[in-house]
Amino acid sequence: MAAILEIENLQTQFFTSAGTVRAVDGITYSVNHGETVAIVGESGCGKSVSALSILRLIPDPPGRVVGGHIRFMGLDILALSDAEIRKVRGRRIAMVFQEPMTSLNPVLTIGRQLTETLEHHLGMGREASNARAVELLGMVGISDPQRRLAQYPHHLSGGMRQRVMIAMALSCEPELIIADEPTTALDVTIQAQILELMRDLSKRLGVALIIITHNLGVVARYADRVNVMYAGKIIEQGSALQIYHQPSHPYTLGLLNSVPRLDRPRQAKLDPIEGQPPDLTRLGAGCAFQPRCRFAVTRCAQEIPPLETVSEGHVSACWRRDDLGEKMRDAS
Amino acid sequence: MSVQQALPPGGPPRGSAETIQKGDVLLDVRDLKMYFPVTEGIVFRRTVAVVKAVDGISFQIRKGETLGLVGESGCGKTTTGRCILQLERPTSGEIIFEGQNLNDLDARALRPLRRKIQVIFQDPYSSLNPRMKTGDIVAEPMYVHGIEPDAKARERRVEELFSVCGLSVKMIDRYPHEMSGGQRQRVGIARALSLNPEFIICDEAVSALDVSIQAQVINLLEDLREEFGLTYLFIAHDLSVVRHLCHRVAVMYLGKMVELADCDELYDNPLHPYTRALLAAVPVPDPAIEAKREHQTVKGEVPSPMNPPSGCVFHPRCPLAVESCGRKIPEFREVKPGHWVACTET
Repeated sequence: MAAILEIENLQTQFFTSAGTVRAVDGITYSVNHGETVAIVGESGCGKSVSALSILRLIPDPPGRVVGGHIRFMGLDILALSDAEIRKVRGRRIAMVFQEPMTSLNPVLTIGRQLTETLEHHLGMGREASNARAVELLGMVGISDPQRRLAQYPHHLSGGMRQRVMIAMALSCEPELIIADEPTTALDVTIQAQILELMRDLSKRLGVALIIITHNLGVVARYADRVNVMYAGKIIEQGSALQIYHQPSHPYTLGLLNSVPRLDRPRQAKLDPIEGQPPDLTRLGAGCAFQPRCRFAVTRCAQEIPPLETVSEGHVSACWRRDDLGEKMRDAS
Repeated sequence: MSVQQALPPGGPPRGSAETIQKGDVLLDVRDLKMYFPVTEGIVFRRTVAVVKAVDGISFQIRKGETLGLVGESGCGKTTTGRCILQLERPTSGEIIFEGQNLNDLDARALRPLRRKIQVIFQDPYSSLNPRMKTGDIVAEPMYVHGIEPDAKARERRVEELFSVCGLSVKMIDRYPHEMSGGQRQRVGIARALSLNPEFIICDEAVSALDVSIQAQVINLLEDLREEFGLTYLFIAHDLSVVRHLCHRVAVMYLGKMVELADCDELYDNPLHPYTRALLAAVPVPDPAIEAKREHQTVKGEVPSPMNPPSGCVFHPRCPLAVESCGRKIPEFREVKPGHWVACTET
């Protein structure tokens, strides 16, 4: 399958009074047609910034994409003019944000927010866009769509608002949807409804999905491929099965050991990762995970490990990958 | 160092189900109701509706036990906790703590009991006073209740609490904004422990934390439970964390309790269709297992508690519902020893 999005050595930095924050520090990955790719990591690891960089939504100042390439269907995203990127945003790459409460405009009706995109990008007239808006709301499972068009976001529940966001994202039939923590603010039963809906639509319409999340269960259920991020870098990359069954980076292993399991009786205490995530303005010379890593050796504090192949399609950035592979797998 | 050695020792939660069942009942909640009036008008205020946030729930917690209280937003689990803390005066029902009904006591009589019941809140960003140093935050309850009146002794006690909770003593002089979320939550825990409570209500105490930090705080809560013989009411929406930490679990839906059972029994053999739907909705972190699981989602959304459905409150969304479910409120009955459920069709 052909890659529709290729990101190469992307670097996004924020220039603050406290110093330069290397929020995204040289990440490379691709997304194929109709595929679901997950980006996993904890708060502040750069996962959202990497997504905003794709749409050129980084506030400048203080932030800027300082290096790398983003190629989307033959377009060099970083070289496009403002007018050109506006034709991509929402039209060919759509975004679903985390907070359905704050990312809809509270003073415009649901209908207006949906038709605005249609009129702007597809040049539809008022009537055609209204009809299409009704169709879209029906598609994402909102009952009585005709009446909803005249309602405001505060009339809707959190789950409904998130459905409206998805309807807006789908409205121009984009080739790629980026969903940034699409269900974090929602209850579990609603989370399941929304994610099943997104998967259905992506399979049926062939839309590629990038899901950004910290929920390892969601990744296991929905992702084809997984990028694990830590301190602005991708530290492990592979298929979902590879990442969960043969974790090859101590951080991935630590994350998997940190989550209690719903499907098993409790066996022992959790095995957390000790310490705190690093301050991105003060990273040392070596691997950013080294201060928290129980496998660290001297070399880890001196040189940054590159991503190297573990098996086909599976890469990891750890100096001790080969020595520790077996032990880590036994432990998981 | 091998991985096996690195793992901390530990087994199932200490205090097996049997030993705890023989223990004394610490807290007995009987038919608790908390209704909030919805009013209209400024000059002539009139009640136009009633939100039945908690509508007749009963449960007991034994000494040393951890009871999980789960459910989705708006099901009344936090209100239940606030009623036990007497932050709300319940509409009716009894909350019997160590033989005394808290609802009958006035503010003065409550004060000695408040020392024994403490709370850890969800959001470590808004539950600490940003203008106080964390050391003072932890010392304040002792000052208020007149324990450790001597300032020096209080200081020593704060240092002790900081180290018990895994905080460096140097942080006593820091303000909350200088700390990470996990560290702040530890300050909240130290504050709850400062009065040597017997019973702690953890209201979504680990929900706001990142996975790796969450695991640290869960382990801390377990260590403290063992060290100080604490009893917890663990309010949470994360069912995986509840399975890990609790002895028994109660499931709430729209102000009612729908199921109550021992932890493993509830997860392995859920009886109420809502419990089943909740469990099925939680994805498991293993793609091989996920590929085999059925992904049937429950339809619809939680109705408004201002206008709950008649009969069984879950019937409009229930896959098992029959015609009588809309008319008759199902009795909360014991179907197996220790396993209670409010459903006629299961």
